[in-house]
Amino acid sequence: MSEKQSKFHGGLLIFFFLVGIIATLWIVIRNGWWLPELASEHGAVIDRIFITILVISGILFILSEFALSFFVFKYAGSSERKAFYLPGNTRKEILWSIIPGTLVVVLLEVSAEFLGGASLWGKLHGEVPKDAFLVEITGEQFAWNLRYPGPDGKFGRTDPKLISPDNPLGIDISDENAEDDIVFPAGQGIMYLPLDKPVVMLIRSKDVLHSPFLPNFRVKQDAVPGMTTRAWFVPKKAGEYELACAELCGLGHYRMKLPVIVAPEEEVKEWLSQQTPAVDLYY
Amino acid sequence: MKKLISFGLAILLTTFSFSQNATVKGVVKFVGEAPKPRLISMKADRQCDAIHGGKSVTAEDFVVNPNGTLKWVFVYVKEGVKGKYNPPSEPVVLDQQGCWYHPRVFGIMVGQKLEIRNSDPLLHNVHATPKKNKPFNIGQPVKGMKTYQTFSTPEVMVPFKCDVHPWMSAYAGVLDHPFFSVSNDKGEFEIKNLPPGTYTIEAWHEKLGTLTQTVTVKPGETKQIEFTFERKGKK
Repeated sequence: MSEKQSKFHGGLLIFFFLVGIIATLWIVIRNGWWLPELASEHGAVIDRIFITILVISGILFILSEFALSFFVFKYAGSSERKAFYLPGNTRKEILWSIIPGTLVVVLLEVSAEFLGGASLWGKLHGEVPKDAFLVEITGEQFAWNLRYPGPDGKFGRTDPKLISPDNPLGIDISDENAEDDIVFPAGQGIMYLPLDKPVVMLIRSKDVLHSPFLPNFRVKQDAVPGMTTRAWFVPKKAGEYELACAELCGLGHYRMKLPVIVAPEEEVKEWLSQQTPAVDLYY
Repeated sequence: MKKLISFGLAILLTTFSFSQNATVKGVVKFVGEAPKPRLISMKADRQCDAIHGGKSVTAEDFVVNPNGTLKWVFVYVKEGVKGKYNPPSEPVVLDQQGCWYHPRVFGIMVGQKLEIRNSDPLLHNVHATPKKNKPFNIGQPVKGMKTYQTFSTPEVMVPFKCDVHPWMSAYAGVLDHPFFSVSNDKGEFEIKNLPPGTYTIEAWHEKLGTLTQTVTVKPGETKQIEFTFERKGKK
């Protein structure tokens, strides 16, 4: 390769680095901020951590990438210099492992301790609020089943042996807790959530891994067959949102969306009272 | 003159044979507490939702009429039909309109054309899942599309669904004779032109199962029968 070519390639690296940054900025300016509108209480902490890490790693990225392309350009291959062999240097290697390692730990500590990450994790994975609004969401290829516990606040028993096209969740109607459950078969339900009240999602799956993802509420939790996982949050903004599946579950993965409506509690109760209880569906 | 006589005879014969045939009619009653009508929200598909102005639609799987009778009950002659009947040339229409099947329940003869129409400006697919006949699954992406299907074996009932809109569902009773009827919004049904004889008549409801009764009809008779469905298991 001639000296000219080497310089040209070094220049290309700087050029594409700058083009990449400009394109990213342009996309953000044109389409608005990366994250969708925030609508939950705890989401603010998650956004703060996200943005802090983005800024820190963004600065590091720009510095290191700029240094890399600058040096490639400055010290491009030349007929006047001869390449030489760099033997291993244990001290330097330890150093360049420890410095980035420490940086990662510092980042983690900053987000966990100073930005509220650790306490948020503890809160979300600890006890759920007692008077929370309950909704059960069950994934199946390729739609979501929904169940509300009804006025008694308790979900009835389910049994996989009772599952049929008419009873997609296998509700055992002989259980009196099941009678007032409100069931929406796959793809027919709406997640109607009360404003300013904790919502606990009980998450199940009938076949493979799924993952209900509520981008506006910064909630994502896997649905694991044979287990009931859990997520809770407090909706803070009324409106219509969407729940998507965030775990590639098959060909119809893209179709697994569910309308989500956040409304004042009375409105949600009113809507629930209009729905048909399980006792009128399974007998 | 000869022609006239034979023509007259022919007319006489047909009227005679028609007057010989009996009619079975009646109502399908419902006893017990009617379930709360199920509301279907179409919010999952914005276009469907817009067609209904964002309002919920009442499900048709369990329709109790204001007079206490049941709608969408398939009443047909299950046993006792002798002879072969050819299917009529006009097709039965299953229309998809407003992300909904019209009608919910219908009868069709073996070999009779089923015209499946898409009257919506959006994608529907018609997925029939019979057990004895050949299942089919047809996509209809464009408004005004028509597809024709036939069934080869009697089967009560053949379910239809739309995989795009899980709330859409319909049922077809496939028979090798024309003696069937679907109860209307007064719960009435009527089976006409039934040759005299003894028949087992069955009423099929998608949630309440089936009821049968045996009827003997004399030539020219109009027999009134009644089915009474009861809601099982309600505590």
